[in-house]
Amino acid sequence: MEKSNIQKMGGLAAEKHIQYILTVEKRKDDFVSVVMEHLRMSGAYWGLTTLDLLEKLDTVDVDEVVSWVMKCQHESGGFGGNIGHDPHILYTLSAVQVLALFDKLNVLDIDKVTNYVAGLQNEDGSFSGDIWGEVDTRFSYIAICCLSILHRLNKINVEKAVSYIVSCKNLDGGFGCTPGGESHAGQIFCCVAALSLTGSLHHIDKDLLGWWLCERQVKSGGLNGRPEKLPDVCYSWWVLSSLIMIDRVHWINKEKLVKYILDCQDMENGGISDRPDDAVDVYHTYFGVAGLSLLEYPGLKAIDPAYALPVDVVNRIFFGR
Amino acid sequence: MESDEYEVMQRVPLRERPEWSDVTPVPQDDGPNPVVPIDYKPEFVETMDYFRAIYVADERSSRALNLTAEAISFNPGNYTVWHFRRLVLEALDIDLQDELDFINNIAMNNSKNYQIWHHRRWVAEKLGTDAADKELEFTKKILSADAKHYHAWSHRQWVLLALGGWEDELDYCRELLEEDIFNNSAWNQRYFVITRSPLLEGLEAMRESEVSYTVEAILAHPENESPWRYLRGLYKGDIQSWVNDHQVSLLCLRVLNTKSNFVFALSTLLDLLCHGLQPTQEAKDVVAALEMSGTVEPDSDLAKSVCFILEHVDPIRANYWRWRKSKLPHAT
Ligand SMILES: [Zn+2]
Repeated sequence: MEKSNIQKMGGLAAEKHIQYILTVEKRKDDFVSVVMEHLRMSGAYWGLTTLDLLEKLDTVDVDEVVSWVMKCQHESGGFGGNIGHDPHILYTLSAVQVLALFDKLNVLDIDKVTNYVAGLQNEDGSFSGDIWGEVDTRFSYIAICCLSILHRLNKINVEKAVSYIVSCKNLDGGFGCTPGGESHAGQIFCCVAALSLTGSLHHIDKDLLGWWLCERQVKSGGLNGRPEKLPDVCYSWWVLSSLIMIDRVHWINKEKLVKYILDCQDMENGGISDRPDDAVDVYHTYFGVAGLSLLEYPGLKAIDPAYALPVDVVNRIFFGR
Repeated sequence: MESDEYEVMQRVPLRERPEWSDVTPVPQDDGPNPVVPIDYKPEFVETMDYFRAIYVADERSSRALNLTAEAISFNPGNYTVWHFRRLVLEALDIDLQDELDFINNIAMNNSKNYQIWHHRRWVAEKLGTDAADKELEFTKKILSADAKHYHAWSHRQWVLLALGGWEDELDYCRELLEEDIFNNSAWNQRYFVITRSPLLEGLEAMRESEVSYTVEAILAHPENESPWRYLRGLYKGDIQSWVNDHQVSLLCLRVLNTKSNFVFALSTLLDLLCHGLQPTQEAKDVVAALEMSGTVEPDSDLAKSVCFILEHVDPIRANYWRWRKSKLPHAT
């Protein structure tokens, strides 16, 4: 059947997406599986969080996942993207998030993970991604989010971390990857979330940034990540979560955005793509469902815009259920 | 697809190559009960099995270097392979200029990959200021195919700050903007240059010439978001000069007079009014003319009228403009 015709019939194809996530790694698509190999930890986080938002996390064998996650931990305390891979801060956060989803943070040697993350902070407050020293505001967010989940923010210099992020603020109110780098919705999410988690949102010009963010909505209802770029489902997450954190989400047209995300579904085989009629992947499926959750789409669990975890998971971490 | 290129070259399996006969490959450990087994293609599996063997043995040799190249050709995103390649490069004391050529080849098909840029920076940092020209040339090549390439811009900014080469950067921005005046990355780079180049005198000294450049750009395409924000950025930390500079309010009126593509002109006028600009009769007339041509009811308060019009002509952001209206200071 014609994809666009089915879509006119409506809503979120939740069952199809669940099936898609549960079988995605089995697909015999060589190139995709090769590319996914080293970032399987992030793939696990995207897939499992999507399942949880769709209230289907109980279909997964917890012990299998947890034992695999722990096999990816390196002696330094950081996690690799797969077994036998070098540790990187990106996969360390994904691992912590996956364990949090299953309420299994207790299997971690918290001090060991903390030492790894805290050890990546540089003199100027920024964070490196691994021992090779690449610096990016993405890593600032990851470090802060990770340590916040582990209740160990006191192990880094928060004040310096914040001032580095603020030094990446641009004339349009947005943030880039390093000082002077172009504003980009993905980087903005990282910086806004990091400032939010450290109680430092007062450094943001909320009205200016809010206007830049709501200018990202294009006629089709989708959001782009920078001026004059094409809309993409993953920006639903980055732009929306940022708007929510600075309390300006009512400035965009939510109905049109919901429709745009729904138009990017593969109604036959499940999964969500970046733009209507493109090929689906786990990454955009997660961001699509997470975006709909932020938009309070019926039948989905609520997601926390800063931790990128379901709200009940975050509540469990901070209020002990 | 990039990964298929290697096959065309009739790859000889590693197990049939004499120089690898002494190595026992180490298979992937997915754990006793893999979450979901992944199907990899056999050449990739073999290469990674041999890679694991030399990685575990920490063999920093030239055959190890060649093997990392092969593994990277299958998956340039594998950071463990890149990491090990750096260790081997350090151990072998190889001419890093060759390494730049190696990255050139990989980058042409995989320029969105974080690892490549990270590796490139590592090499360039080792080479020092001698690498500046080559790095600027390299990013230029990437940007000629995709002028908004985020990694390429990020690398270029790093090169300028760390290795220098600012001389032609403002010209380069002008060139790119001539090609595409909507290129926000080029506008951002322009701001980067005028605020950070050690060869220029800083924002205030550059303001006059930059304002006239930007005004021209806006008049050519008033719907272009980037130069409007750039213009505001030229008065960073000095709102009063921005409000008092007649060029800014005049620009708004000139665009509004055309009655097309005026959203940013109108929103800038709104900002000016909110920051204390006293409305002239001309401004009132221009806005009234827009009201006449639309379905908007006139209002005695100019800023309020402006908000009404914006709400109408930019309906997707109607809530934003309504909020702006609710925040207006009394009697502008
Ligand atoms: Zn995307």
